[in-house]
Amino acid sequence: MRKLLVFLVTVGLLTAIAGWVASRPVPVSADLMAGVSGDAARGETVFWAGGCANCHAAPEAKGDDVLILAGGYRIESPFGAFIAPNISPGPEGIGNWTTEDLANALLAGVSPSGKHLYPSLPYTTYMHMTAQDVADLKAFMDTLPVSDAVSQPHELPFPFTIRRGVGLWKLVNMSPNWVLANADTPEIERGRYLVEALGHCAECHTPRDATGGLNRSRWMQGAPNPSGDGKIPAIDPVNLKWSAGDISYYLETGFTPDYDSAGGQMTKVVASMAKLEKSDRDAIAAYLKALP
Amino acid sequence: MKYGLTLVAGLLTAGVLGTSAISESHVDKATMAAVKARQAQMSLYAFNISLLGGMAKGEVEYDAAAASAAAGNLAALSKLDQSRLWPQGSDNETLGDDVTEALPAIWAADSKIMDSAMTMTEAAVAMESAAGEGLDALRGAMGPLGKSCGSCHETYRKADD
Repeated sequence: MRKLLVFLVTVGLLTAIAGWVASRPVPVSADLMAGVSGDAARGETVFWAGGCANCHAAPEAKGDDVLILAGGYRIESPFGAFIAPNISPGPEGIGNWTTEDLANALLAGVSPSGKHLYPSLPYTTYMHMTAQDVADLKAFMDTLPVSDAVSQPHELPFPFTIRRGVGLWKLVNMSPNWVLANADTPEIERGRYLVEALGHCAECHTPRDATGGLNRSRWMQGAPNPSGDGKIPAIDPVNLKWSAGDISYYLETGFTPDYDSAGGQMTKVVASMAKLEKSDRDAIAAYLKALP
Repeated sequence: MKYGLTLVAGLLTAGVLGTSAISESHVDKATMAAVKARQAQMSLYAFNISLLGGMAKGEVEYDAAAASAAAGNLAALSKLDQSRLWPQGSDNETLGDDVTEALPAIWAADSKIMDSAMTMTEAAVAMESAAGEGLDALRGAMGPLGKSCGSCHETYRKADD
């Protein structure tokens, strides 16, 4: 009896320790960014392809004002409201971050103070970014205007307030593998990088499982709107019959093949995609066409 | 006498009810006509833009005269007085999503719909002068035009489903 009790307590303790260890925030390796210097001009492409402004600009911002990354956009999720923070290069934003800090946030979902960030920052996508792109992005973001807007805290109910829980979520939902395993042409490979490492299209266009993670077996097959009513359309080849040219043109102008126009949050996405080279929009279209 | 009063009251009640029923169906009819008319205007936008877009994409051979005509139509359409097309109570919450996708935000006190409408007119006028000036000019004007459509559809139209 006494032996059994000792056994159970030991197992309980080991499980707790394992859980504690498994859920700890793990930053990127210390030398990842060593010797990588950023180029602001290349970083601008990363910035627009990554869609940073779509959430981090003030919700009403238009035109060049989207470069003021004041934050404030609300993602109303089933787990609570996530409010995009100020990420402008100033004291209220991330002006004091190093390039390594940015790498930790984007590639590992870890803050400069070593805590888990919530996956409302789509690091399950950004984890696929190259170190060079992170450095370039940092160089570009450092050139942007400063906003003195104060970041608002997320509005989350218990138990989602416990950041350690995010560590377990990451174990289940951070996959180092591409969804499209085989990219047959350089164009599709570029498109895969733009979508799966930067554009995070899947965050809205792919349904989620019970943990709130993306259901990768139903990649791009449409989903309920994560922040509002209505549905986000499916964009896999089975459901989206547009030609590659139509998709690319939509990303440039917002015009559908019927010359209806993009609406809702997608207008912001199109505004960002319009800043890319046509070859990149074509690559995204080629990638979507290559999906199963 | 008492009977007479009841009769009068009854007639009055019937009269009031009858009038309100008639006026309500009258409002419905006028509202529905406005919804139909503004959707027709959207179709005319799309019809004219489709020629310009077809040329921009290379699906239709560029023709300066045809492009100018379509862009001229577009600019003229964008300048029509739309005040009667958007009556109060013609939103999707009142009429249902299958009737209209126009969100109540259009009529809210802080609505910026008129700014968006102005943006569209400016983009259409810019297209009117660009469309006949060669394919590159036409292509260049398509981006701002699409953006101006989105400036309304982002906030004031129900998201796709």
